[in-house]
Amino acid sequence: MTDLLAARTQMAVSLGFHIVFAEIGIAMPLMMVLAEWRWQRTGERAYLDLAQRWAKGTAVLFAVGAVSGTVLSFELGLLWPAFMRQAGPLIGIPFSLEGFAFFLEAIFLGIYLYGWERVGPRVHLGAGLVVAASGAASAVFVVLVNAWMNTPTGFTLDAAGAFASIDPVAAMRSPAAFQQALHMLLAAYAATGMAVAGVHALMLLRGAAHDFHRHALTVALLVGAPAAVLQPLSGDVSARVVATTQPVKLAALEGQWATMRGAPLRIGGWPDAAREETRWALEIPHGLSLLAFHDPSAEVKGLRAVPVTDRPPVAVVHLAFQAMVALGSALALIALCVVVIAVRGRPIAGQKPLLRALVLVAPFGFVATEAGWIVTEVGRQPWVVQGVMRTSSAVTPMPGLVVPMVVFTLLYLGLGAIVVALIASLVRETARVRV
Amino acid sequence: MSVSGVGLPEIVAAVMVLALNAYALTGGADFGGGVWDLLARGPGREAQRSLIAEQIAPIWEANHVWLILVVVVLFTAFPAVFAALGTVLHIPLTLMLLGIVARGSSFVFRSYGKHDDASQQRWGRVFAVASVVTPVLLGTIVGAIASGAAGAAAARLADAAGDAAPSYASVYVTPWLAPFPLVLGALALSMFAFLAAVYLAAREPALRDAFRRRALWAAGAMFVAASGALGVARMTTPHVASPLVHGSALALQLTIGATALGAIWAIYARHWRLARVAAAAQVSLILWGWVLVQTPYVLPPTLTIRDAAAPRVTLELLLGALAAGAMLLLPALWYLFRTFAAERRVR
Repeated sequence: MTDLLAARTQMAVSLGFHIVFAEIGIAMPLMMVLAEWRWQRTGERAYLDLAQRWAKGTAVLFAVGAVSGTVLSFELGLLWPAFMRQAGPLIGIPFSLEGFAFFLEAIFLGIYLYGWERVGPRVHLGAGLVVAASGAASAVFVVLVNAWMNTPTGFTLDAAGAFASIDPVAAMRSPAAFQQALHMLLAAYAATGMAVAGVHALMLLRGAAHDFHRHALTVALLVGAPAAVLQPLSGDVSARVVATTQPVKLAALEGQWATMRGAPLRIGGWPDAAREETRWALEIPHGLSLLAFHDPSAEVKGLRAVPVTDRPPVAVVHLAFQAMVALGSALALIALCVVVIAVRGRPIAGQKPLLRALVLVAPFGFVATEAGWIVTEVGRQPWVVQGVMRTSSAVTPMPGLVVPMVVFTLLYLGLGAIVVALIASLVRETARVRV
Repeated sequence: MSVSGVGLPEIVAAVMVLALNAYALTGGADFGGGVWDLLARGPGREAQRSLIAEQIAPIWEANHVWLILVVVVLFTAFPAVFAALGTVLHIPLTLMLLGIVARGSSFVFRSYGKHDDASQQRWGRVFAVASVVTPVLLGTIVGAIASGAAGAAAARLADAAGDAAPSYASVYVTPWLAPFPLVLGALALSMFAFLAAVYLAAREPALRDAFRRRALWAAGAMFVAASGALGVARMTTPHVASPLVHGSALALQLTIGATALGAIWAIYARHWRLARVAAAAQVSLILWGWVLVQTPYVLPPTLTIRDAAAPRVTLELLLGALAAGAMLLLPALWYLFRTFAAERRVR
């Protein structure tokens, strides 16, 4: 394994690990606050119990998210010093705003978790709201940086290839900024809300305490289902921005090798880089042109338009994209059923087939997030800053990078297993709840 | 060491040191708490451990964010320094990160996991050991910067062409695995343990004597480590040591000494409020002493604050963001500490 590949793997593992905890850190506080608010309004103990049990899980998940996020902020320099030397002054502003958002999140989470008996009920609820809002703000700021890497703006290049005349504010408003931030936020609410709903649906199917899990299911779906329904629309906006700003990434997503008008949409299939063709795909004529440009005969640029050295690993990107779309669509479909049933005023907890479906799709949101992150990151390769800086010229000169990569991979595998076991035991405790 | 004009880069650098100072006084003390968890002895052992856990639990994550703020300001305002440190100090930084991950995760696993003795002990042990190792690495990293070894290694690496590449050890190992950085690691550890003992003694009347003794021991350890650092610096890196005994640095050293004596007297005489203030002042002065010695360099011997600074527009925006953020942050922090600062009620 080359040092570059080791560095990329370490970064991918670190981000792939952190992103799950980050999503939970965005959505879980909102659910806690909703449950606590219902308790304050109705006085039903089950809601208080719910808020407190969710808070326990959040405490664990937030801590692991905080330390794995710290690792990432250092890894920017440990793995990609040349990138940070150039880009630091440009992307540091959103990162510093994110620092403050994270600060507020940590402060008010401390008050929320340990202040039940030390602050008044309104302050307590308010603290939870600040955690929820600053979690969302953190995500937006971090994603602005990633959006800039995809669609870099706010600088010129001098004769030596260094950044000049930088404008950090323009960099925060890069073309991909809005749609990426929206897509990430919706992903966080959809993945977390639907996963939590799935857990409580399972407990209901097993005949556990009815009120507690019924309320839990309602609150989780309130957060997860609308986001899951909206996510495909946000995905459509994303794809259209990618089509105009990162045509090579779009071609990789779709396994589109030739530049053509009226390009088909491919479902499934295996992009064969050696033959430069995508085999065994189900092709829907004009589908890609229609989706990417809202015009059935629009021209779509193919991978062959750029040299081999400027193409991402097509198969990985194409498969990850297919997985994201498939899982996200399944989630949206189930969420739509939930919305329809809720709008008709029927109780969701009574629909056994729907509960079973919710259990089935519970992990889909997180898996789709991982796939989506692979799409945006691997799809940008070989560039760390699209069209400006290659990942290979950003990597640290330090040799032997396979060692830290293996260490962090093992660490995160172990941590992941411990966290899953711990959360599972917290969930099992709720089987004994009597409300 | 002369300060020729204070501009934006200097102000941003000062803000960064302030954040590091806040981290040492808060996050540092949280690590110190872990040290006393490891060293908990006697019949009051479990009571000590539970006091430490109770004190750290609501605040450690907020305290930890100071470190992230330092890193973010560093890569925004002094990107070349961040890049150089990330490169040559890759190994101790990675080890420190492992310590940070192990400390934070084991702490919540102990708090929220199974309550049987075996798992409590296992996570408690990881928490305590990581709390000792991480400050040592942090001090070592500071030592590698202060001694000029990290900066020199980064410069050698940048200058090297093709065949004349410097050896792996000389770039990635010896800048930090050397006497001076390691002694600074010991100094950081004893400083954090000292702060924690003073804070804890002020908290719980029943454990006051235990932590008073520990605070005095830690003060002794700090004195030994600080003297050791000076001695090693004189032997191995005279350019670091010589400014320490001249002019304003000498005055600062005398102030640190006086503050130390004041802190020890206050601990001895059980003036806890004064002890807390004096202990925090002493640690802060040591930190600023380091900064004063290496000014105008961010990364001695090559990168000065001016040379390494990001373009003006970035510094202006960053300062604006820091000022706006501070207006939200400082009241919030004050509220957090006030909420949890009430003296522990005797049960």
